Amino acid sequence: MTKTITDVICPFCGTLCDDVEVVVSDDGKKLLEVANACVIGTEKFLHSQEPDRVTRPRLRQEDGSWKTVSYEEAADYTAKMLAKAKKPLMYGWSSTNCEAQSIGNEIAEIAKSCCDNTAAVCHGTTLIAVQDIGLPSCTLGEIKNRADRVIFWGCNPAHAHPRHMSRYSIFPRGFFTGKGQMSRKMVVVDPRCTDTAKMADVHLQIQQGHDYELLDALRVALKGEWLPDSVAGIPAEKIREVADIMKSGRFGIIFFGMGVTQSLSKNHNIDAAIALTKDLNEHTKFSIMPMRGHYNVTGSGEVFAWQFGFPYSVDLTRGFARYNPGDSSSVDLLTRGEVDAMFTIGSDPGAHFPISAVKGIAKVDSVCIDPHMTPTSGVSKLHVPVAFNGVECGGNCYRMDNVPIDCRKVVEPPEGMLTDQEFLTMVLDRLKKLKGVA
Amino acid sequence: METVTITMKNAPALFLEADTISPDAFAGKSAAQIAELPVFEGNNPSTLGKYFEIRGGAGATAADTKIVVSGDVAKVKYIGFKMTGGEVVVEKSTDQYVGAWMKGGRITVKGDVAAFAGTAMKGGEMVIEGNAGNYLGAAYRGDWRGMSGGKILVKGNAGSDTGMYMLGGEITVNGNIDVHVMTHAEGGTVIVRGNAKSKVGGQMVDGNIYIFGTIDVMMPGFKPNGEVELEVGGTKAKFAHFIGDVGERHKKKKGQVVYGNLYKKI
Repeated sequence: MTKTITDVICPFCGTLCDDVEVVVSDDGKKLLEVANACVIGTEKFLHSQEPDRVTRPRLRQEDGSWKTVSYEEAADYTAKMLAKAKKPLMYGWSSTNCEAQSIGNEIAEIAKSCCDNTAAVCHGTTLIAVQDIGLPSCTLGEIKNRADRVIFWGCNPAHAHPRHMSRYSIFPRGFFTGKGQMSRKMVVVDPRCTDTAKMADVHLQIQQGHDYELLDALRVALKGEWLPDSVAGIPAEKIREVADIMKSGRFGIIFFGMGVTQSLSKNHNIDAAIALTKDLNEHTKFSIMPMRGHYNVTGSGEVFAWQFGFPYSVDLTRGFARYNPGDSSSVDLLTRGEVDAMFTIGSDPGAHFPISAVKGIAKVDSVCIDPHMTPTSGVSKLHVPVAFNGVECGGNCYRMDNVPIDCRKVVEPPEGMLTDQEFLTMVLDRLKKLKGVA
Repeated sequence: METVTITMKNAPALFLEADTISPDAFAGKSAAQIAELPVFEGNNPSTLGKYFEIRGGAGATAADTKIVVSGDVAKVKYIGFKMTGGEVVVEKSTDQYVGAWMKGGRITVKGDVAAFAGTAMKGGEMVIEGNAGNYLGAAYRGDWRGMSGGKILVKGNAGSDTGMYMLGGEITVNGNIDVHVMTHAEGGTVIVRGNAKSKVGGQMVDGNIYIFGTIDVMMPGFKPNGEVELEVGGTKAKFAHFIGDVGERHKKKKGQVVYGNLYKKI
């Protein structure tokens, strides 16, 4: 006999779909089938069932081989590394729950470390812009029920957030959007003709790296002022047409992704997009929302901000929280050789950082806490596999619109495996003893 | 004016935060007392004397104190932090936050400086003989008040985000400048004798930008406003005048909208 668990939260992307169904074996030890999730979410659930999964910590030996060690030895190694380091970097956090993040922050405070989450190479620039000029935003529910103008700027939800359009932004029939996609106008701004762009009413195929100019031009068009003949490869008439489409809606939303946050101008692109949203509110109701990637990167920002006052790239080395991406951000710290220990949890900088930064990880003492074997675990000295959050243990996480949702445990982890929370608690206890903190 | 020479003898393994290398912190102290001033290497508190050899003595006040920083200080941050007077001469390249929040005095760097030099500078003078990094004379992260007074001269090139949120003062760059010049500025002047790339004056409310070379891509929010003959930094020339950023909010003075000015040499 099998059991079907309904209303499961998918721990893959920031959309945090909450209608997934999972079939498990009667004893709750095997996960057999996944329904309703997208192909990436399904893989995330099924990956926990891989037979070749690493189930115990492994310590790199001098000859390059791995030696299996106990969780106790792994916690000792981690605590000693953090206690010894002058400037440790604790990075990741986006694929773990808020409870674990909070224990991590306690460790960071005692170790006087730099702490950062994956926003550093993703939507961190958004957070800079939000601090600079604010964020008129809303929830995904409001968008589903109200939005009749949907702008996707530098993002491709068809591939990156596969169920976003069907659950919230384009297809659902909401209270004031009874005709589903027929009640919405969709504008996509992307230099590539993506699968999202192919669905759009208007696709602005912008010159790469000129988003800042186009956003400025839309603001100028809203004011009815002079524009050059063409901006970012888009004719002025087209820009005025899109400005009119935006103005004429009852409720508009700009979704934006890494195409603007990590291309030329970075935080200024978002700054200008938020300013455009503010300007549009003189004509109609408009909101803006980042398409957050990891399922709990938003939660990591929330926990950092709640406990340290800043959402990412926090430097605690002097005993108080400082924040200045460019100085305190992970890629800069690693490429500049500013840190002497690297602690990674719930993310894979080895696959996503520039190679100069990854080399920085390889040069220092390092621990990687991750259920998977990743490029990061490959360059780290200690790899601590843990239970899958959202599959093998529950915990709180935040959706991309800052709505907190509790993840659910649906299956038992392999015998004897610890969760992030359990392992971090062991590290915290040992670190307290080493540092003489009561 | 008394001179203190500090020479790097034990270079830090990581980076050194030495916000005490300023005439204000040195004033009234002997070499031995200066050696006891606190610095940080990561989370490890230490003293200036552990890294630097200190010769000479400081004057009674900051204004009477000159500091010569010699040796390899490429990994030293915060030189001239919050200084109000006196002089600092750095003989080689140095790292971030040179002259950050400085209010007076003079800093000369004979090499390059990294990012955040002159952050929220209020007064005084800074001369960088090499290149400057990003965020020269800009606001600190999250602040809306950038450089508000004083003068910065960069003889080489400057990075991106120069003069972000600038309120006053003057920055001259003899070489080229990277993207984003005076973004969000509400006053002040930036003079670039070389070329600029793009995003020049984006979201600018007020202030003046003079570009002697080329601009790769103009901001669409800058509207042509004729030509003018001007004398800028001792050079007389004809400039194309643009006003903007038209997309941004602007104040009114005597019923007239006040725009930022962008002058490009013809």
